[in-house]
Amino acid sequence: MTGKPVLSIRNLSVALPEGADRRHAVENVSFDVDPGEIVCVVGESGSGKSVTAFSVMGLLPPGELKPVQGEILLEGENVLTASPQRLRDLRGTRMAMIFQEPATALNPVMTVGQQIDEVLRIHTGLPPAERKAKVIGVLDAMHLPDPAGAYDKYPHQMSGGQRQRVMIAAAMALDPAILIADEPTTALDVTTQAQILTLIKEMQERRGTGVLFITHDFGVVAEIADKVVVMRQGSVVESGPAGAIFENPREDYTRMLISSVPSLDPPAREPAQGPVAVESIGLVKRYGGGGWFAKKGEGFLAVKGVDLSVRRGETLGVVGESGSGKSTVARCIVRLIDPTEGAVRLAGTDIAKLSTRGLRPYRRRIQIVFQDPYRSLNPRRTVGASIIEGPMNFGLPKAEATARARNLMGLVGLKPDALERYPHQFSGGQRQRLAIARALAMEPDVIIADEAVSALDVSVQKQVLELLDRVKREFDLALLFITHDLRVAAQICDRIMVMQRGEVVEAGPTRAMFRAPKHPYTAALLAAAPGRGFGETVAA
Amino acid sequence: MPFLIIQRLLSTIPVLLVVAVVVFLMLRVSGDPAAILAGDTATSEQIEAVRVALGLDRPVWEQFLGWIVQVLRGDLGESLFTGLPVTTLIGQRIEPTAMLALTTIVFSVLVAVPLGVLAAWRANTWVDRAVMVFAVLGFSVPVFVLGYFLMYAFSISLRWLPVQGYTSPFVDFGAFLRQIILPTLTLSCIYIALIARITRASVMEVLNEDYIRTARAKGQIERIVLFRHALKNAAVPIVTVIGLGVALLIGGVVVTESVFNIPGLGRLVVDAITRRDYPIIQGLILFFAFIYVMLNLMIDLTYAALDPRIRY
Repeated sequence: MTGKPVLSIRNLSVALPEGADRRHAVENVSFDVDPGEIVCVVGESGSGKSVTAFSVMGLLPPGELKPVQGEILLEGENVLTASPQRLRDLRGTRMAMIFQEPATALNPVMTVGQQIDEVLRIHTGLPPAERKAKVIGVLDAMHLPDPAGAYDKYPHQMSGGQRQRVMIAAAMALDPAILIADEPTTALDVTTQAQILTLIKEMQERRGTGVLFITHDFGVVAEIADKVVVMRQGSVVESGPAGAIFENPREDYTRMLISSVPSLDPPAREPAQGPVAVESIGLVKRYGGGGWFAKKGEGFLAVKGVDLSVRRGETLGVVGESGSGKSTVARCIVRLIDPTEGAVRLAGTDIAKLSTRGLRPYRRRIQIVFQDPYRSLNPRRTVGASIIEGPMNFGLPKAEATARARNLMGLVGLKPDALERYPHQFSGGQRQRLAIARALAMEPDVIIADEAVSALDVSVQKQVLELLDRVKREFDLALLFITHDLRVAAQICDRIMVMQRGEVVEAGPTRAMFRAPKHPYTAALLAAAPGRGFGETVAA
Repeated sequence: MPFLIIQRLLSTIPVLLVVAVVVFLMLRVSGDPAAILAGDTATSEQIEAVRVALGLDRPVWEQFLGWIVQVLRGDLGESLFTGLPVTTLIGQRIEPTAMLALTTIVFSVLVAVPLGVLAAWRANTWVDRAVMVFAVLGFSVPVFVLGYFLMYAFSISLRWLPVQGYTSPFVDFGAFLRQIILPTLTLSCIYIALIARITRASVMEVLNEDYIRTARAKGQIERIVLFRHALKNAAVPIVTVIGLGVALLIGGVVVTESVFNIPGLGRLVVDAITRRDYPIIQGLILFFAFIYVMLNLMIDLTYAALDPRIRY
């Protein structure tokens, strides 16, 4: 796989606008991508990995980020000095890109066929009939079932994995020399992720395409990379062949990143003995079907009779892919949505059917921490105001609520003056700490963490997981932990419940289940986890 | 989709019924038409005679029932003054209003949407600021000021266009065009401002979407990125404002029709109100209510045509 590199980045620096916390988004970055080689650029948020990728495509936001030094050679041609017209000619033909979120990267009001056809219309003079045949051919090569039928579908009529296949089809339609993939599997379920990674590998092997693969996930890197470039705060920390980086990382930062990846091998844990804090019995949630004309049994059954119980001092993980109903279960238990059938017993009372007024005293006892710390805190209120609001609603005087909030800041590892500031002044990890403090301020019995660490970088994720585990023990809480990430679940959960299409397919102690899954779906989930085998050796 | 249309058509019935009751009662408590009709010098016997002749002496519910039964037969009653059927009067006056509404909305959309897209594309540059300054001006200049100004400039000083009046396009299309230009310009100003603003806001939001980046990554040229990828996705709020604009137009042409002496529905309303010509007021309000409901249906159907995710 040697020869002339298809992509060669030389001393690239990209300037940040005035007033940013550093001068360059990317500084003195150099690496090559050879034909038929997968180069993974890995780093945490703010490392400049995506900026590097967008620089290649010439898609940096104009006016904000500007390449100020170096060159990017695509098959020997410097794209940084190419005219806008020349850049447009190269995009889609010699270089193509796929993105993190296939749901938003496709235009919702155009059919899938039209969107792939667009590439051919821009860059080839083919007549419509030939174009259509070629589009269907490309869709077929992506292993989409019924490619001819897919042509006329809209993106919202497809699954996440199918949409990403469509994106890859559009990118590969004209056989580019290089494919740039910006976190292309981050938004997908593990089993789908495994399929998409296989597909990208297949394209690279069959067509000899060079792949520049941007990711934060070392599991994915272990799965597909030929070469690894580790970035941190805009600079390359180290780079080299994948095997060498994993087995013998030179830099501390790389070692830290690799060791932050939670191991798939759960530690041994004592079963919790505390009293049951919350349980659900035969929980059912049906969406829709409530209209005047709906027949009985219509609508979508999101949760089909789920029984669970969490003891004080225990962490129960609910694991599943998107659409499994895991978040719906969480929301029913907190009564953010009303369960259709079944009971939720909290402190000996069934709260599933309580009126809004009757529910009020129980609200305090069960708190939730959401996935996205950027959107779950009100941006126009100080953090302090958000935290004391709940306790004050339950009659605590302002002075006491504030005193409690100040104590909590210390507990979650922030300074008390954080209370005077606004959410945008904090990083993602800090915001998630604030969200946990907000939940704790209510002095609950139960905390539900709904994908609470999924949006965080691995190093931050590790700290937030440790924090959750610590407060659970300190306050003797019941923790219901909803996640799609098996590695995270392995590290924090005492017991695990695996959900598929609204049903619990397997439940049991974490260690036993990971070592010997009984249900084929559990086994499939474990098998699909990227980079199996690498975590154990490093973390051990 | 057919289900939606049928459902909506049926739902007009209760809406119109509520409108009918409210209008009927409001007019009954707001003054005595018999006194106005009989004239300032009439004696109380004369007024009473007029009242009996018009059936206004009967109980209110009886009058209402009688009127509703009439309306259901398609008869909106007769004008108290001219004795002409209200349906005939509306029929006579609807064409100028409809034509003015049509030219105004077509002109506004043709000018405002590209302006808004341009402003969004060049957001925070002088182009954007110029468009937005124009939008603020368009909002703030009263219709009659602009109308008289245009009339003075183009009709009286330059003598390019007729001062006022209306000719049906089916009679003399050239005369129609010459006469409709100034009222259209006058009335469009505020709609151009409104639609351009909402187009700008809506397109700016869409331009941040991932699929716009995808289109650029394919090598698409900016014009098509803007008008094919962005505009169609930004269309729902724009169509909403255009639809509301049309609805407001029908009621809002009154001043323009007065300034340019156009014999349309707006003038009919004003005349009817000053003379307390109940049957005309009732008939017109019912008619407007019906048009509004139909416009809303059309807006909803347009949503579905623009966005495949919207299905009823």
